[in-house]
Amino acid sequence: MADKRKDKAEETTKAGISRRKFLKGVGVGGGMLGSGVLSGSLLQDGHGAQAAATKVLGPGAVAIELNVNGKRWPLTLEPRVTLLEALRDHLELTGAKKVCDRASCGACTVILDGSPVYSCSVFAIEAQGKTIQTVESLADGDTLHPVQAAFVENDAQQCGFCTPGFVMATKALLDKYPNPTAEQMRLALGGNLCRCGTYVGIRQAVMQAAQNSPQNSHQNSKTRAPQAGRQSRAGGGHSNA
Amino acid sequence: MPDYNWPEPDSAALVGKRISRVDGPAKVTGTAKYTYDVTRPGMLYAKVLRSPYAHCRIVSIDVSAAEKLPGVEAVYVVQGAGTEIHWQGDDIAAVAAVDEQTAEDAVQNIKVQYKQLAHLVQEEDLSKAGDRAKPAAEQVVGNPDEAFAAAEAVTVEGYYGTSVVTHCCLESHGFVAEWEGDTLTVYPSTQAVERLTGQFAEALKIPATNVHTMMQYVGGGFGSKFAVDRWGIAAAHLAKQTGKPVKLMLERAPEQMVAGNRPSVYAKVKIAAKPDGTLTAWESDSWSTGGMGGGGSPPMPYIWNFPHQRKRHTAVSINAGSARAWRAPNHPQGCYVTMCSIEDLAAKLKMDPLDLVLKNIALTGERSELYRQELLKAAELMEWKRRWHPRAQGSPGPVKQGLGLALHTWAGRGHAAECRITIHPDGYVEVSTCTQDIGTGTRTVIAIVAAETLGVPMEMVKLNIGDNHLPPGGSSGGSTTVGGVSSSTRRAAMDAREQLFARIASGLGTTAENLETVNGTVRVKNDPSKGFTWKQAAAKLGVNPVSAMGKNPDEAKGALTSSGVGGVQMADVSVDTETGVVRVNKMVAVQDCGLIVDMKTAESQVYGAMIMGIGYTLFEERVMDEITGRMLNPNMEFYKLAGLADTPEMVVHMWTDAEQQKRGVIGLGEPPTISPGAAIANAVANATGVRVPTLPLTPDKVLAALEKGGLA
Repeated sequence: MADKRKDKAEETTKAGISRRKFLKGVGVGGGMLGSGVLSGSLLQDGHGAQAAATKVLGPGAVAIELNVNGKRWPLTLEPRVTLLEALRDHLELTGAKKVCDRASCGACTVILDGSPVYSCSVFAIEAQGKTIQTVESLADGDTLHPVQAAFVENDAQQCGFCTPGFVMATKALLDKYPNPTAEQMRLALGGNLCRCGTYVGIRQAVMQAAQNSPQNSHQNSKTRAPQAGRQSRAGGGHSNA
Repeated sequence: MPDYNWPEPDSAALVGKRISRVDGPAKVTGTAKYTYDVTRPGMLYAKVLRSPYAHCRIVSIDVSAAEKLPGVEAVYVVQGAGTEIHWQGDDIAAVAAVDEQTAEDAVQNIKVQYKQLAHLVQEEDLSKAGDRAKPAAEQVVGNPDEAFAAAEAVTVEGYYGTSVVTHCCLESHGFVAEWEGDTLTVYPSTQAVERLTGQFAEALKIPATNVHTMMQYVGGGFGSKFAVDRWGIAAAHLAKQTGKPVKLMLERAPEQMVAGNRPSVYAKVKIAAKPDGTLTAWESDSWSTGGMGGGGSPPMPYIWNFPHQRKRHTAVSINAGSARAWRAPNHPQGCYVTMCSIEDLAAKLKMDPLDLVLKNIALTGERSELYRQELLKAAELMEWKRRWHPRAQGSPGPVKQGLGLALHTWAGRGHAAECRITIHPDGYVEVSTCTQDIGTGTRTVIAIVAAETLGVPMEMVKLNIGDNHLPPGGSSGGSTTVGGVSSSTRRAAMDAREQLFARIASGLGTTAENLETVNGTVRVKNDPSKGFTWKQAAAKLGVNPVSAMGKNPDEAKGALTSSGVGGVQMADVSVDTETGVVRVNKMVAVQDCGLIVDMKTAESQVYGAMIMGIGYTLFEERVMDEITGRMLNPNMEFYKLAGLADTPEMVVHMWTDAEQQKRGVIGLGEPPTISPGAAIANAVANATGVRVPTLPLTPDKVLAALEKGGLA
């Protein structure tokens, strides 16, 4: 409550964004900034719409709740803990990996409210109230998800460290575009890197999984989606083209 | 005693077929547990304070503030006051705390006073290396002076280089260490589970029998993960100090700075040929760095045994993280320098380089006939003869297309390995060997060989690897693993099969030598109606399983592996002469490697090696700043790997004729990563008409070369 009063009393610039709010917006939404999208709360704060709702958290541990793979998990962690760290260190969901730790490689990809994100660059507290899907949720017992089965069949993996990230990025792509074009695939998977060089297998796996996708039968194949890719991150960042 | 050999290709049920890797499901579901994923009860997280300077002396170090921080359980000084530090990122002190964030806070609370010292971090300009340059003795073959002076000699001179590149393993280097009394259990991220045993024992002054190393999955190694490293010892000390398990994984920046790189090479080369293209003489002045230790000396001239040669090589010691074996150590550099100079000579002679290398193929020695056939096959797959054009005489317009080629070789003989196979009375087969699968498909290969030999489905084979309590299975380096473990597994399986036959033959009214295993049955040869299912046969063992050891090499039991593989690669590129951007349109690889156990994972090795090759050819380089002594791109946004969009059309043709089948199993992981640099760079030269001298072929260098050549 004290925070609310402070925020209300704070001076705003002509543009309507106070310096303090800007920094807070960057601090909480920094991961999203890193992912190429401005934090929604920051943009709305600019118009004064949600100023009253902004709450300062931390630096000590705070109680939060995450909705991961269809279950709600109460957690107590510092606001600086990333979604990736929360998943790995607090929930023992170790499929997503930390590799570059700054939204370059995609090994930490999870699906947040239907969109693939770099979980190394999303704070856990930001992910509250959203549905989080990790690679651990895809298989049904011993039955692999079609994307996973296609990755195995096409040997789209060597050491396997990047594989969970690629699997999740592929799932997000096919959820959105069951019949992706080569260009849509390039954009959607352009934000994931593999050091062993498994891209040939990955390309084949994506196309095979698309054919085996359950949504595929419902898709009007004449409808060409205007644009693939990730709403929350820059795709294709590693192409020289 | 059985006849120890590989099955004939037409009778093999599994060997040589396209089989999906057995640990694929674990990897795609995220259940594969890498060292980075290991969690132990009460485990602490460690972080390391690293030198910010390339060369300095530690004047003082004060860890008291770090120790007092709540959540910090121990601080271990790796290199204390008075120590001279020789590269940025070297370990100074390590902290163990209840979580990663607290450990990071603690590292920032360590106070160190440094005295900075003079450094050298760049080596391309040899004139600035001073006494850091150590020339080796000149090597001379034949009479190069006479050969170059010959009236008819056509000579070409060039400058070529490859920058330092890092391994950039996606799983960084690191360990989880845990003590129970005097016994240390280590979960390493390594290519050498068993080799680490002795390294830990020696460093910690404990018996090797008190070290237990275990690892199931490793997120890449490429030659950089054979050692215990300073940080591994630090993790063990922190675990000892706290009495708790400690996980220490490198952050991305130190992974790039100190955990492995490939030496550079720079070379001034002069070669001579007769007017008809017959190669006669080679002369090279080369230098390279591998960090403080100097650097590798690439084999030059690579593959081509020029009759007359003069070579001088200089190792340059610089203040940067040390080189480690990088996939086919020294070969990519030697191949690049040699094949680029040969391409430049072909251009001067106005010859198609394919014709020039075919003309000189005898200079490659005993492999020459195979190389010739591989060149012709690759040319067919690339449509080389139809599509090749003389330099810069391709398409009009700003985007130029060109073709290039290179050849490579590697040894790859199977290393020493032992394997124990147990056939249990319930029919399940246990294979135990302390190897590791670094992503090459080692698990799959072992399972294929065991299942093939015993005639059982692969699902019946249980593998135990990655534990130093198992029979020694060797380190995964030098492309020696597949030959080693497949040979030891084959012999163990054949011996176990013999024992099984001996125990059950009387039940079929025959003797052991008349039995065979086929497709899940044990039956009488020439009388397939008489036999047992595999499960029935195994049940006859009663309560006592059969168990046999196999090893490689084993002279008494024949050779199942040999040495010496090679291949040819061709690249088709487009170069945008306005932006300097190079795109690879297509690559072709023709590769031999003896008997192939699993065609699917073998092809993956070649695809992957070529893609890694595209990375080091077009994008990858360690950028060092001479003023600050620091690496400018210790990350993954400015140290750029090839991505999906950089992956061209790729054609892989494995050479599997009867001759190769007879050679036994030979390694494959390294050789196909050798040629891409030269093949792509030669295609760029063919496209543009100018030589871009050094890798990576970044747009700025391409534009500079075009301008120098008057073509911009």
